[in-house]
Amino acid sequence: MISMTLLYYVAALLFFAVAFFSFKDKRYSSALFWFSYGLIFLLGDFMPPALVGALVVLMALVAGFGGVKGGVYQTLELQQRLDSVKRLGNKLFIPALMIPLLTVFSALVLVHIQGDGWSLLDPKNATLSALGLAAFFAVLAALYFTKEKPQQALKESSRLIEAIGWAFLLPQLLATLGLLFNQAGVGETVSQLTSLYLNLNHPLLAVACYAIGMALFTVIMGNAFAAFPVITAGIGIPLLVLQHGGDPAIMAAIGMFCGYCGTLLTPMAANFNIVPAALLELPDKNAVIKAQAPTALVLLGVNIVLMYLLMF
Amino acid sequence: MPEFSLWPLLGIAVVMLGFILKFNPVLVVTVAAFATGMAVKMPILGWLESLGTAFLKTRNLPLILLLPLAVIGLLERHGLREKAQSWIQNIKAATTGRLLLVYLALRESTAAAGLTSLGGHPQMVRPLLSPMAEAAFEQKHQSLPDKIKYKIRAMSAATDNIGLFFGEDIFVAFGAIILMHTFLRESGIETDPLHIALWGIPTAIAAFLIHGSRLLRFDAYLARQLKDELKQAPQQEQRHD
Repeated sequence: MISMTLLYYVAALLFFAVAFFSFKDKRYSSALFWFSYGLIFLLGDFMPPALVGALVVLMALVAGFGGVKGGVYQTLELQQRLDSVKRLGNKLFIPALMIPLLTVFSALVLVHIQGDGWSLLDPKNATLSALGLAAFFAVLAALYFTKEKPQQALKESSRLIEAIGWAFLLPQLLATLGLLFNQAGVGETVSQLTSLYLNLNHPLLAVACYAIGMALFTVIMGNAFAAFPVITAGIGIPLLVLQHGGDPAIMAAIGMFCGYCGTLLTPMAANFNIVPAALLELPDKNAVIKAQAPTALVLLGVNIVLMYLLMF
Repeated sequence: MPEFSLWPLLGIAVVMLGFILKFNPVLVVTVAAFATGMAVKMPILGWLESLGTAFLKTRNLPLILLLPLAVIGLLERHGLREKAQSWIQNIKAATTGRLLLVYLALRESTAAAGLTSLGGHPQMVRPLLSPMAEAAFEQKHQSLPDKIKYKIRAMSAATDNIGLFFGEDIFVAFGAIILMHTFLRESGIETDPLHIALWGIPTAIAAFLIHGSRLLRFDAYLARQLKDELKQAPQQEQRHD
């Protein structure tokens, strides 16, 4: 029922709404950007992949040269908002809390509702389809409490999407780059390089090298999952496990966490670092990374010590 | 020199250079993708095809951000942030640092139980957590300059990330555990997924202690920042939202 395709169509609708509002506002390059995004979500499966690629390049160029400009949306005056707060009281929290709670409930319980070749949620993407279901009911609740028209929901989502702007495209573009890197054999090259130049005899040095390698390669790739196979095959298994006889479960567990320290430090992990900065309307797009850096660096040091003490 | 080609690494060089020179990240990533394709001699059409195929495969990524926005927008229009702020101001013991510490504990422990969708930037940080953290500061100091407000917002987002990352990885059914187990098995090393999850616990505790102690000192840090701010510009104090 709630399949990924259905969610893609919903996304297309939301993007087309942004395109519509920015077109009406005579911000044509923005409209082009959001229209292309919507088109890929609506018709992507029926287009030749090269055409999708061309659309992506077009969007990247529009966004990269500053063509995606934020719009001005009418919000209620502070006094009207405070009146609303007085009228609605704690009911305002209900739809907001419905999203996380219903998502968890659906992903754990409703996911089991299924029949012959039919299921309420997509079992392969349980969390996302649960989120879709939860967001749908939360919108209904929010419309009911605020007595707004459904168009207003589209306008509000467009307002927030435009506040995020080009950063919206970045996580997907980075994931795309990661897949291209794989295709081009970046991982193999890095692990060949490391096995060629690294010959570490002391276990502490080897541990430090693996931990820092995981963090650094995650900084470059923006994703610890992409770094793990490369660095573990290049440094972890040959040096830590085979040469020094370390416990592979401990190496993997703490090694992945070293990668997460890297995730906290890099603009390449856009969905965790750059998008929230845009969403919270921070002027410095690296503000979240700066807030995370002390924790990440101290924790990386602690991880090296932990790995050295626990592994051997 | 190594006897294998270093050309596949060209894209990485482009990314690093682009970010250091502070070009628009979307542009940097696109150029890096192009450079990588050219470095391994992909034809243009083939490159566009790989790009398009990869982009279609990753269409699930924006959904998690996109789907909650309509609800959050509607509620913000009707004063959700203001409501969250007045709610926290009723709790006299609440300070920015303590509030974020409680959130860190909740976020990390629920993520460790597999309930990762209980938090998140669009559904929790923007509408609820950061307005509350800002209001707690304003309640105490009767002032909230933009510079402090931005620091509080960034720390709210950071706390959500740290709680999520170091909690979810000790949940045994989480994808990362499966990925590590599968990869090690393919490399001829048998491990028990439960062991991998358990050995993550020391780091999870360390993450909580390190970030938690920073949050406990965050109130004093913000108070010092405010003092400097007021000293520098006593007349220009701003109090708009």
